[in-house]
Amino acid sequence: MTGATDMKAPKGELTLVSRETQIKEWLLAALFFACAFVAVLGVALIFGFVGWKAWPIIGEVGLIDFLTGSVWAPTDGEYGILALIQGSFVVTLGALALGTPLAVGTAVFLSEIASPGIRAFVRPAVELLAGIPSVVYGFFGVVLLRPIIGDLTGSVGFGPLTAWIILAIMIVPTIAALSEDALQSIPMGIREASYAMGATQWQTIYKVVVPAAKIGIIDAIILGMGRAIGETMAVLMLVGNAPQFFAGVGEPMSSLTSQIVMDMGYSTGIHRTALFGMAAILFVFSMLLVLAVRLLSRLKD
Amino acid sequence: MDKRTTNNIAVGVLWVAAGITVTVLGAIILYVFINGIRVLSPEFIFTWPEGVNSEGGVWPTIISTLYVTGLAMLICTPVAVLAAVYLAEYAHQGKTVSTIRFAADSLASVPSIVMGLFGFALFVEAMGLGLSMLSAALALSLLMLPIVMRATEEAIRSVPRYIRWGSYGMGATKWQTVGRVVLPAAAPRVITGIVLATGRAVGETAVVFYTMGQAIWLPISPLDSGRPMTVHLYLLAVEGINIPAAYGTALLLMLMILGFNLGARWILKRYRKV
Repeated sequence: MTGATDMKAPKGELTLVSRETQIKEWLLAALFFACAFVAVLGVALIFGFVGWKAWPIIGEVGLIDFLTGSVWAPTDGEYGILALIQGSFVVTLGALALGTPLAVGTAVFLSEIASPGIRAFVRPAVELLAGIPSVVYGFFGVVLLRPIIGDLTGSVGFGPLTAWIILAIMIVPTIAALSEDALQSIPMGIREASYAMGATQWQTIYKVVVPAAKIGIIDAIILGMGRAIGETMAVLMLVGNAPQFFAGVGEPMSSLTSQIVMDMGYSTGIHRTALFGMAAILFVFSMLLVLAVRLLSRLKD
Repeated sequence: MDKRTTNNIAVGVLWVAAGITVTVLGAIILYVFINGIRVLSPEFIFTWPEGVNSEGGVWPTIISTLYVTGLAMLICTPVAVLAAVYLAEYAHQGKTVSTIRFAADSLASVPSIVMGLFGFALFVEAMGLGLSMLSAALALSLLMLPIVMRATEEAIRSVPRYIRWGSYGMGATKWQTVGRVVLPAAAPRVITGIVLATGRAVGETAVVFYTMGQAIWLPISPLDSGRPMTVHLYLLAVEGINIPAAYGTALLLMLMILGFNLGARWILKRYRKV
């Protein structure tokens, strides 16, 4: 009898239960482990299947040419996705630049300034909004925002600017809710100490509370970034879907996610393997973001 | 500038930031609501689309959505809950557990289009399930798995230790303790997690697009194809021939998800004992 775990589950020579029960317990433990392992199996299957379907593109086009080729014209046998990668990053970074200040500001407001009454109303509302389907946001962008942007930029209104605004609106609830959790986890005593030193509310916020919650807020932003780069429907409906490099905020572009949907319906052969290759890149990128969050949380400890 | 003025300006800016967030999000909901409520009627909900989907209702798409999310919930729940039992009650911290956690986090962050292509490659083509409710439910359940797992694990961890000690003290085995004492105590929060995950599955588009198909069809067997509400909304918005129906579908979707969220909150409030 050593650890606490052994005391919880009598086994071995200390036979308080029948052999039969012991075997049943052991089998159940094995079943639970198998269930937990489904998550690992799922990731392995996704990686394996998407990778397997994408593999021929490396032989046919070559990894370097695939990643750095600047022309995406499958009908002419051109499979370069650099413009699509750029599109994904342009769309994501623009949305982050617009959405992050708003989201973090909202989180700080909710955690530090709002009265309990306002907080009790706004916080659940923000969480609810995180659940609105992306296709609804996309639809909203098409019917309301696109004509306005079109008038402003003198184009049809499909392009990065429209996608930025809608994506920013989409990621605000995610970043705000997670940032507020991080701010709330900072002990009250730290704030009281700051006020006792004669600091104002704002000084307490930007010199004490926000630095203390920094890593949690960065986590939230990374997760928001993950949501933006993997976002499909809203981007597809707004970005214009022309596989070309950034030429202005009102000029149509395309992204990895939206180009997959555009082409999937009619693609065959090597074209389809290229689409799976793009999915593999997206998957690797989302895993890198998860890894970044893990490393950060190790930093926090 | 003296610190009081700075403070007032900064606090004012934060008020504005929160105000913009609430206003913009409120405006979207209001806009969809006002435009959608005009077409929402029993006829719209309970009839089939007609012509080139430019008239009629959305009944088969509602059924397809409910069918596929219900099926996904049935597939996902046992696996996710038992996986969480393993992580919270059985596992020893170590390489295995951190691998499982990393896998769950990765699964939670898989872009939905990647999950769609994966589901298409594995369930639709390799396993020969075709574009069907079952293919879509399997892909969706993988998406729901980490959400339900995390909610269940947190629920189990929040059950006080002394309740377990009481059970062990009565001579109960580990599974008797977990199955009859810990899980019932954690049930409200587990159910809340399941309901929230199901709400997310209702709003999924890219995943079901490639695993369920687009044919308007009233699904009976799990191997039937169908068109969920999200895909219907996308196609209506892109085709642009029946924007009122698109508003109606968008409003119905939002009401459904609102229902799931409020339902989850209600369960938590009503049955929370621990």
